Amino acid sequence: MSDDMLLPGGWELVVGLEVHVELATRTKLFSGSPNRFGDEPNTNIDPVTLGLPGALPVLNREAVELAMRIGLALNCTVQPCIFHRKNYFYPDMPKAYQISQYDIPLNIDGHLRLPSGTVIGVERAHLEEDTGKSTHIGGASGRLHGSDYSLIDFNRAGVPLVEIVSKPDIRTSEHAKEYVAELRAILEATGASDAKMEEGSMRCDVNVSVHKPGTPFGTRCEIKNVSSIRAVGRAIDYEARRQIDVIESGGTIRQETRHWDDAEGRTHTLRTKEDADDYRYFPEPDLVPLDPGAEWIERVRVSLPPLPAARRQMLNELTGYDTQSEAIIVVVERGQHDYVKAVADAGGDPVKALIYVQQAFAEMGREPSVPAADLAALTVLERDGKLSATQAKTVLAEIVANGGGDAAAIAASKGFEAMDNSAVEAMVDEAIAADPDAWAKYCAGEEKAAGAIVGRVMKASKGKADGKVVSAIMQSRRG
Amino acid sequence: MSAIPTTASEIARAVANKEITARKVVEHYLETIVAREGEIHAFNLVTAEQALADADAIDADIAAGRPVGPLAGVPIALKDNLCTHGVETTCSSKILEGWKPPYDATVVTKLREAGAIAIGKTNLDEFAMGSSTENSANGPSRNPLDPSRVPGGSSGGSAAAVAAGFSPVSLGSDTGGSIRQPAALCGVVGVKPTYGRVSRFGLVAYASSLDQIGPFATTVDDAALITEVISGHDHMDSTSIPTPVPSYRAAASQGVAGMRIGRVTDLPEGAEPEVKARLDEAFAALEKAGATIVDVQLPSLGYALTAYYLIAPAEASSNLARFDGVRYGLRVNAADTNSMYGVTRAAGFGDEVKRRIMLGTYALSAGYYDAYYGKALKVRRLIADDFARAYEQADVVLMPTSPIVAFKFGEKTDDPMSMYLCDIYTIPTNLAGHPAMSVPFGTGAHNMPVGIQVLAPALGEEAMFRVGGALELAAKAGA
Repeated sequence: MSDDMLLPGGWELVVGLEVHVELATRTKLFSGSPNRFGDEPNTNIDPVTLGLPGALPVLNREAVELAMRIGLALNCTVQPCIFHRKNYFYPDMPKAYQISQYDIPLNIDGHLRLPSGTVIGVERAHLEEDTGKSTHIGGASGRLHGSDYSLIDFNRAGVPLVEIVSKPDIRTSEHAKEYVAELRAILEATGASDAKMEEGSMRCDVNVSVHKPGTPFGTRCEIKNVSSIRAVGRAIDYEARRQIDVIESGGTIRQETRHWDDAEGRTHTLRTKEDADDYRYFPEPDLVPLDPGAEWIERVRVSLPPLPAARRQMLNELTGYDTQSEAIIVVVERGQHDYVKAVADAGGDPVKALIYVQQAFAEMGREPSVPAADLAALTVLERDGKLSATQAKTVLAEIVANGGGDAAAIAASKGFEAMDNSAVEAMVDEAIAADPDAWAKYCAGEEKAAGAIVGRVMKASKGKADGKVVSAIMQSRRG
Repeated sequence: MSAIPTTASEIARAVANKEITARKVVEHYLETIVAREGEIHAFNLVTAEQALADADAIDADIAAGRPVGPLAGVPIALKDNLCTHGVETTCSSKILEGWKPPYDATVVTKLREAGAIAIGKTNLDEFAMGSSTENSANGPSRNPLDPSRVPGGSSGGSAAAVAAGFSPVSLGSDTGGSIRQPAALCGVVGVKPTYGRVSRFGLVAYASSLDQIGPFATTVDDAALITEVISGHDHMDSTSIPTPVPSYRAAASQGVAGMRIGRVTDLPEGAEPEVKARLDEAFAALEKAGATIVDVQLPSLGYALTAYYLIAPAEASSNLARFDGVRYGLRVNAADTNSMYGVTRAAGFGDEVKRRIMLGTYALSAGYYDAYYGKALKVRRLIADDFARAYEQADVVLMPTSPIVAFKFGEKTDDPMSMYLCDIYTIPTNLAGHPAMSVPFGTGAHNMPVGIQVLAPALGEEAMFRVGGALELAAKAGA
């Protein structure tokens, strides 16, 4: 723990995250109804989903497999486990209990290594069913209290969830955001969940406390309704500040659940520990113990695709860029690493491929529509000096817009051709002569002043001059 | 046309051979019901029209030469906690008044496929909680052998229906003796199969880890026949056993030569002298039929009742939480959701159900779980261990079904403990998950019938039916 991670006043932040993810199964955790987001309300239901008398749960094998994928991707031990009932009344909870896992969950004792290198412990990743969704009509807040009536959609009830509980190992809001981003990338990579926070298929509860290093952890508050990575950071920063203010003004922190209001940028009390439910967990008698067995676990383990860390490593080896460089992190987050590799395999320049994809492919998914060979051809033209960086960008934009194209032909049609260096040298000299003040500043070491000279050269060459060549000439002139 | 046979097997044979029509059979039983149902009150609902229509369909199949099942034309009464598609299923509770399930219980489907005809839904102690049917919201059923006495419970209506000749066979459910005890008190045969042998899908749960469906019949052969039809694996019930179903009927007529019959030397006291005398005669009869009597000990049996009254109410408190007025059944409106739950459940449940929900909620509460529910699970294990040791020496164990013969209405309603003691000999097999049956064997006090209980290890139904068949023969010879 370095001092620069401490908050003002010498306070240390302690954060643990509980992340719920909906599994990308075809059907629900305990019934055959479709697991599909966005359908007409109450169409994906059945006696089990509605908790009708006499209906019984039957465990979905695909859900177990996806949960194991998550566990193995998070370096967990996958173990024989059982299900428990978590009892509480709520209108969108059809049986008045949730089938979950309690003291013997499927995945335990894992960890997640952040791209920045910090290792965050994963206590458990267990299977459970989702609830229905309530919509409260009328009243000011859109919440149950004060509403005129409520509508319940049971399509989500029984959708399989995995709850991933981190150890309280996180010490900064940046690390918390990094944890969620990396976890999301891992979930996407494994195919276990589409992990879309905006659709609610990935939901974060954040446990926050503060203490002075060397003293026991402070009382924690659990923050709910944190629905974006940015909100994770903001909610933690707000809540830490609030807790420090309370303590420094002589108060104490109550253990409670707090609600994050993203519009107001603050948390407020949802319920205190005193009115917390006693869930009366007990083993679910309608299900038998689940023992996946070594063979199944091994089959899942070997079927795991390369995870984000391995993908960053691959790009590092391909391009020489650091695994923590923004280009690599962004491209891997988007799942476009294989595409970069494909461009390189098609004879393209790996570094230029990485940068092009980072800069121009933000709107494309994991499988960009541009044929890898087309992009490879463009990187080669630029690397060999046949196109300037600026010209290459123009060609790239056209290729992207058209979903592919012959780079050489597009360049020719635009009249692009590399200028020979003597012509560029002449243009640089003209620009120096035209703006002696800028040149003098540049020579005095003011690098920003170079922009004026480069700009004149680009204008004179109508963008055909290669920026790198211009810079090199200017540096040799400066001596 | 010959006279209406009294057993299911004879009816099915006669109907299949066109000696009698299914309609004639059903009409006969409906007439019997009309004559005496006002006095006995075995049924919550008699589905006369549907039964006649089903009978006509069977007759049409037979007339057309289409194959029919082993129960063609056999009327059967169903305990009103078994779901029947489109037919009110109330569990004799106000909270489910008017509820019509959108599906059949698996046992109902199997019976229909075998050609059986459902003639009605029988009365029970509300949600199967009780030993006399006095806890029914619809008022008690009466013992056909002495209508001033209870028929036993909770499946009292199903037992009374068979004893009164309203139906040759019926189905009940047995969580702590709810088939065997009323069978004994009404002088009919009652079977609780191995836990998992018969699918629980569509049985409204009381205590999921103990509940099991089984038949009432006038003969051991009929009981074996019905058990055969309703047994077998069901993918809708995760606790269902995949082992194939042997011929129980063949076993029932096999005799007991060479079998080892266990006599429990440390049986908890409390049985009436006449009941003890009948048990001694049963041992003597089996010895005469070629079996050997061996002494066994079941030292933990004395704790079974206590363990049961923690485990069953605990599961019930969770199973019955779904009756919350939100989706089906009774709703009493109130100012807010929590109040609505309260007033709905206060109005919908009877005293015994409330008592067990409170007991179970308490037993599972934080801070009490280990002392109550946790300890009860340990006792359950000890009882299973006791039985395992006993079955190393004996093939089956014999004991009374009920310590007492049918008692008078109101005799035990003021003292729940004395009512709970009725199940002292039946509860242990539920805790162990083993099969057991009650066979009528002479009479006791007030000339009321005595039932002898045959207990067998898990999936030991064949041994159980062998001994049951031999007891029936001996009882007839002694009569």
